[in-house]
Formats: sequence, structure tokens, C-alpha cells
Amino acid sequence: MSDRITVAKTYKLYIGGKFPRSESGRSYPVSDSKGTFLANAAQGSRKDARDAVSAARKAFGGWSGATAYNRGQVLYRVAEVLEGRREQFVTEVAASEGVALKKAQTLVDTAIDRWVWYAGWTDKIAAVLGSSNPVAGPYFSFSTPEPTGVVAVLAPQQSSLLGLISVIAPVIASGNTCVVITSQDRPLPAITLSEVLATSDVPGGVVNIVTGRTAEIAPWLASHGDVNALDLTGAPADIRADLERSAAGTVKRVLRNKQNEDFTATPDMSRLRAYLETKTVWHPMGV
Amino acid sequence: MAAPTTLPSALADAVRDESSLRRFLHGLPGVDQVGVEQRAAGLGTRSIKKAAKLHAIDLAISMVDLTTLEGADTHGKVRSLAAKAKRPDPERPDVPKVAAVCVYPDMVKTAADDLVGTGINVASVATAFPSGRSTMDIKLADTRFAVEQGASEVDMVIDRGAFLSGRYGQVFEEIVKIKEACGDAHLKVILETGELVTYDNVRRASWLALLAGGDFIKTSTGKVQPAATLPVTHVMLQAVRDWKQQTGELRGVKPAGGIRTTKDAIKYLVAVHEVAGREWLDPNLFRFGASTLLNDLLMQRRTQLDGHYSGPDYVTVD
Repeated sequence: MSDRITVAKTYKLYIGGKFPRSESGRSYPVSDSKGTFLANAAQGSRKDARDAVSAARKAFGGWSGATAYNRGQVLYRVAEVLEGRREQFVTEVAASEGVALKKAQTLVDTAIDRWVWYAGWTDKIAAVLGSSNPVAGPYFSFSTPEPTGVVAVLAPQQSSLLGLISVIAPVIASGNTCVVITSQDRPLPAITLSEVLATSDVPGGVVNIVTGRTAEIAPWLASHGDVNALDLTGAPADIRADLERSAAGTVKRVLRNKQNEDFTATPDMSRLRAYLETKTVWHPMGV
Repeated sequence: MAAPTTLPSALADAVRDESSLRRFLHGLPGVDQVGVEQRAAGLGTRSIKKAAKLHAIDLAISMVDLTTLEGADTHGKVRSLAAKAKRPDPERPDVPKVAAVCVYPDMVKTAADDLVGTGINVASVATAFPSGRSTMDIKLADTRFAVEQGASEVDMVIDRGAFLSGRYGQVFEEIVKIKEACGDAHLKVILETGELVTYDNVRRASWLALLAGGDFIKTSTGKVQPAATLPVTHVMLQAVRDWKQQTGELRGVKPAGGIRTTKDAIKYLVAVHEVAGREWLDPNLFRFGASTLLNDLLMQRRTQLDGHYSGPDYVTVD
């Protein structure tokens, strides 16, 4: 064994396809489940969240305008790259969540499968949730689901990779862009995921990942005028009501999931459906 | 060559003939490029927060020359711009109105009709904007037309080709003649600093425009990159400050093009205060030539007052 010093990684934020440090210059120590120091992560501020929202808004036009088929291909590509990083994720998940390697492997595999599951949905959403409507008039009326816009996601606090992927994938599969506040105490797999996203054809700004204190940043996203939806999954129980109230001030879609959701179970469409708007078109016919 | 106003003897000498003009302009001290860029960057780091920021935002709004200079402009677009100039944020009547609406000459009447009695000026670009490549007769006719249509401010472009080949006398004459053609209208002289290459040239062009009687010196047309930058604006602010020291007259500066965010605008205001002085913090002496800046100022204003971030859904689409 050589006495080489390993190169420690600087964990940074992921905003607009770049990896900046927090604007505030702060960082906080991240420990494993037994309290042993793992790394320092950037402690994002409200201004980082603001920058992330502008990046997400900028990316929305291109991502929502891409064909569903194309989005599916890009998401599938992410799964390919995830697979290549499998070992790294297993190590990080095992350290963060304090589970045995075997269990961590299952979690990572399920997470990758979950990503593929959502990738398959991209070009099926319109067929399942859209409709042609029977109307009493000389019109062809049809409804199609459209992405709502920028979604602020408070990632689950416990499930650091499977949970994270289970909340991000449905948001971007339908063409939304998102700002994710990671698990406060287990942010490392999320930062590694951002490296995967950066190297797998996902346009910069479609997913923006901010690490830090959820309770500090979440209120700014909940009240932000340019955020269209809010996922409360990882919100601390004591501020949930406040977040919902301030989200109502700018009429956001709010996803109130049940606490301690089981992410290992195969999901249904509810997360996909939560961030869609229905556009109905009345087209004159019979001329 | 005719000096437009009574000047102190040193300056009167400078405009006696072309060679003394050249001697004067080339005798101006050179600009320390590194120094001015560092100073501009340094002043740009000033932190303006809370009440001061709110004040700066309102001041910046009142300094905006709301501009549309596109080939695709229509009367409808100019009318909606005029409506926005009068009441930038319809939900908040306390937002100040902008300083002027800036359009092409054929749109002046449309804008002027909509802005009668509001105190908002109508500015028109003229003199074969943006290149300035036409004959003197056409430039004069362009200016007269704009003024007849109701423009109270004229934004002329200098002949950069003549300036860069050293024909300062020709540029001077042009500005003097356009100033005459303007009558009562204010004249802003666009230097197009992006084409002047050096800060020394910017300083010379600024002094040339001031000597010839320009009421404002303006950085750019907005059609050439780079447009307005902080260091260039610094050099121009120094020129109007020095002009005031030597003649007692107040002349204005207008950076235009590329200023899109509130943060940028506040950096400019800091520069105005520190380089020229407090009395230039006035819409009569400092303007922003901008179109997208106004929306950002309005969003920032809402953010300051509402206590949460605002978004483009809450301002107009121009």
C-alpha cells in the first residue's frame, strides 16, 4: 500500500449545468449514520435557490418543447450513466443511510429501474391523460396534458438516492424543470447524481440541485413568484402548513404526499399527474 | 468653425479651427485603462440594500428611456410601449413614470400623441441611425422630420469613420448643424463606443461632442457589441464632470444597450454618484437606454416590497 494521499472531493451545488459553490460561501459537515465525518457540503442560501429558479426557467422552453420521444431517450441515457456509476452510489448510499452493502445495492438497482420506469412514461402521458372530448356542437374538442413549469422539489430526508430519483424523474419526464433541495443530512448521493446529469445529455438547468438546510431555503421557494409547483415530500413537519400557505399566495400546484412514503414500492402515476396542466382545444369542424 | 456657446478661452481656442481642435483632443490626458477598469469593478462591488436599494430602483425607473428600435416595430407596439411608460406597473400606481420613450422617426407621432401632457419625453433616433452612413442633407432632413413629428429629444449618431480617420472637424460640424436643426429639442450624441476601440478615443469623442453642443453623450446605438460598459461610462462621466468644472454647464450621460438587470443599473448609479457627483443622479442628466431593464427593475421592486421573489408572470410581455 502506498502512502498516497487521496484526493478529497469538494461537494458543490448544481445550478444551470454548472457546479458553483454556494453564493453565501458557507458549507456544513456531512456525517454518516454513525456520526463519522464524510465530507463538507455546500450550504445553499436563498440566493442560490433564486439563481436555480432562473436557470430552471431558462431551461423550461427547450426541455418542455422537446419531443416526448427525445425526452425519453435523454432520460434513458441518464440510466445508462447511472449504471456505470453503480459502485460509487452503492458506497455512498451505504455510508449515508447506514445500511448493509447488500441492501444498498438493492436500493441503487431499484433507483436505476425507477428512472427507466419514468423514462418510459414520457411519450405515453399524453395518450393516457389526454382525451378527445364528446361535445354537443360542431367541434372537435381535445385535451392534452402540458408541463406546469418550474417545480420546487423538497427531496425526501431519509431515502437519499431512491427517494431522490423517485421525486425528480416524474417532474422532468413530463417536461417540467426543477429545483431540488436535497436531503439535509444525506446530500452526497444527490451531488453524485448531479454529476451523472451533467454528463448525460440533460440540458443544463433542467435539474438544479441545492444542498443545505431545508427549513432555511424552502420558504423562499414556496413564496417565489416564478415557481409553478411545490413538492412537499421532504418538508419538515413543523413548517409544512406555512409552506402551503405561502405557496397559495402565488397559486402553485402543491404535492402533499403522505409522510414516510415507501419508495421501494412500484409507484403509480400520481407524481406524474401532479405537475401537469390540461389544455383543451375546441376546433371547428364540419365546414 | 462656430462655437455653439460662449466658452472659456481655453475651450474657445480649441474650436477655432480643425488643427486646434485636433491639438486639443490629442492633448487630453490619456486614460489609464487598467486603472479605470479596476475602479469600475471596485465600485461595482458596493452593496446597496433595503431602503437605499428601493430608492435606487425608483430612481433608475425614472431614468429609463424606454426604447424600441426594431425593423419590426409597429404603431401598436409603440402605443403599448407608451402605455407602459406612463404606468410601468399598473397594479402599483406609486411606481414613477419613465423619462422618455425612444423610437425611430416614423413612430414619433404615434408616441407623441399618446404621451401628450404626461411629462414623458419622446426621443427619436436620427441621422441615418444606427450606422450614420448617409449624406449631411439626409441626416439634417431626418432630424427635422423627427422634430416636426413631435420629438423633444434627438439621438444622433456620429460618423465613426470620419472620427477614426481623424477628421474631427467634420464630426464637429455635423454635430453643430444637427444641433441647429434640433431647435428646442435636446440633442444626445451617440459615440458608439464599441467602434471607437480605445478609452482615449472615447474621451476625445466625448469632449468633441460636448464642445459641439451635445446636451447628452450616449454610449451606443445598442446595435453594436460591446454596447455600454461600466468603464466606458466612467470615462464619459469624467468628461461631463470636467466640462462642468470648466464651463459651469451641466451635460448628461446616457449608457445604452446591454444593461438588463437591476444589479447592473445600480452599479451605474453608484458610478454616477462617485465619478460625476450627486447632482447627476437626476433623469435630466443621466438616462438608461433600455427595454428589458424596466421589467427587471419592476420585478426587483416587487421583490423588495412583497418580501418574496417575483417572476416574469407579473410584468408585461413586450
